[in-house]
Amino acid sequence: MKRDYLLFVLFTLVVLAAPCAFKGGYLLNVLVFMGINTMLAVALNLLLGFAGQISLGHASFFGLGAYFSGILSTTYGFNPWLTMLIAAVAVGLLAFGLGFPILKLKGHYLAMATLGFGIIVYIVFNETVALTGGPSGLSGIPNLRLGGILFDGDLKNYYLIWSFALVTMLLSINLAHSRIGRALRAIHDSEVASRVMGVNARLLKVQVFALSAIISAVAGSLYAHTMSFISPASFGFNFSVELVTMVIIGGLGSIFGSFLGAALLTMLPELLRVVQDYDIVVYGLLLIVMTMYMPKGLAGGIATLWRLLRPKKNGAIDHAQG
Amino acid sequence: MLRVEGITQIFGGLTALEDVSFQVEKGKITGVIGPNGAGKTTLFNIITGLYTQSRGKVFLEGTEISGFPPERLAPRGLVRTFQNIEMFSQMTVLENVLVGLHTRSRCGIFSCAFKLPWQLSEERRMREEAFRWLEFCGIGELADLEAGALPFGKCRSVEVARAMAVNPRILLMDEPAAGLNSRETADLEVLIRKIRETGVTVVLVEHDMELVMDICDAIVVLNLGKKLAEGTPREIQENPAVIKAYLGEG
Repeated sequence: MKRDYLLFVLFTLVVLAAPCAFKGGYLLNVLVFMGINTMLAVALNLLLGFAGQISLGHASFFGLGAYFSGILSTTYGFNPWLTMLIAAVAVGLLAFGLGFPILKLKGHYLAMATLGFGIIVYIVFNETVALTGGPSGLSGIPNLRLGGILFDGDLKNYYLIWSFALVTMLLSINLAHSRIGRALRAIHDSEVASRVMGVNARLLKVQVFALSAIISAVAGSLYAHTMSFISPASFGFNFSVELVTMVIIGGLGSIFGSFLGAALLTMLPELLRVVQDYDIVVYGLLLIVMTMYMPKGLAGGIATLWRLLRPKKNGAIDHAQG
Repeated sequence: MLRVEGITQIFGGLTALEDVSFQVEKGKITGVIGPNGAGKTTLFNIITGLYTQSRGKVFLEGTEISGFPPERLAPRGLVRTFQNIEMFSQMTVLENVLVGLHTRSRCGIFSCAFKLPWQLSEERRMREEAFRWLEFCGIGELADLEAGALPFGKCRSVEVARAMAVNPRILLMDEPAAGLNSRETADLEVLIRKIRETGVTVVLVEHDMELVMDICDAIVVLNLGKKLAEGTPREIQENPAVIKAYLGEG
């Protein structure tokens, strides 16, 4: 527990200092995306890694956040901060309402239901041309402004996005070490036993589903206001799968793991430019190899490595870290 | 304390339980026994809200609790353990017991995420109490181990500690001695007596007759879904119908 907070402080320092190392705009731009993906991966991890409930439709909450914010601020001239709040509340309510029927399902059925929801939302983005601009997207979305600062450059966006990402991570770490985090993990391990202990599994699953959707919607708003342009292509099924991949590769139930997964999957397309369209093959291989040899993801792999390298003091203590 | 009335459970065409009624007295240890397939676990699943019975009623201290889901029974003080130990295996032993304290703590998602002051003090109080229950079950030294890595016998103790943390008035144990060696069973016997001393009523389904006859104050015998007999261990041992059900006709 203490270790998580120590790691968080170190991580925050690295995030704050990182732009000094990258003067160029291009890499900074990648880091901005990494921040958004980190938020999304942490959000999905709360649902998938902690409560053990799959969602193959999380890109749609991200998209809904982006479109709510984009449409309200561009077409109707609302203040972008206000639209971010409206998007979060609206998506939260939607997810809460959707969660009750949908989270009764388990395993593959839940995967199918969330997949279906994602596809419906994707179709709506494409077809309601008058509202969303359809496949050609929505442009001219205003930037956020705080006091005298207009968040229009990569460096400013970097700090904006990463402050949100860091807060998301901190709150999630807090949650993980609380009675709510424990109840979620208990549901994951044995739903029936958790209910016997008095955990209202049904309600808690819906609550964390809504929380996860809200964080994704906020990430969507941030995305819309920093990119100034959104189109349905960013919020399709592929991206939902990519999010699940981030969480699994990073490590289920590990907040820092979600960052690692998000970081890897954000950088990978840049690194895989050479193989062009075959990058999807690399994703697939990566997922297979990871699940076979590193079932606890990058975070679990690093923890194991750390244990192996560290001088052994006491068998029992060593075991306790497992 | 606990009363079941005319419980009937039909699965498809199979009648698993037929018109079973009995009463459990406060502060006592009651055993439910019977040959395999007698309907003992089905009865437990009905009382603890995992199944909904076809007919019949369940009362806890005079209040009808028929059809209550388990999460509503826990705060009323009705808790169970499982035959095949439903451990939270990816959590530490301490965390397992902390989940037991769930109903007795209040902080929601918001106060937990923001670590509000009262959340911190509640967390401290919960940890202290969780340690007390670990000590009660004699497994204080296991607190930081991952539950999934424990030997079977220790899992039993963790499960009991976890159940006691809920602050039950009545604890239902489904075959607590299953899979335990004789020394572990002896320890379990001591533990169950200790639980009764705290004022908790205990009901157990058990195949280990020695254990049942030793610690139970009252016994209910089920056979083929019906109540065959009830009484003190001595009465049950001498009951010809019970002997017949267990040994077959001579």
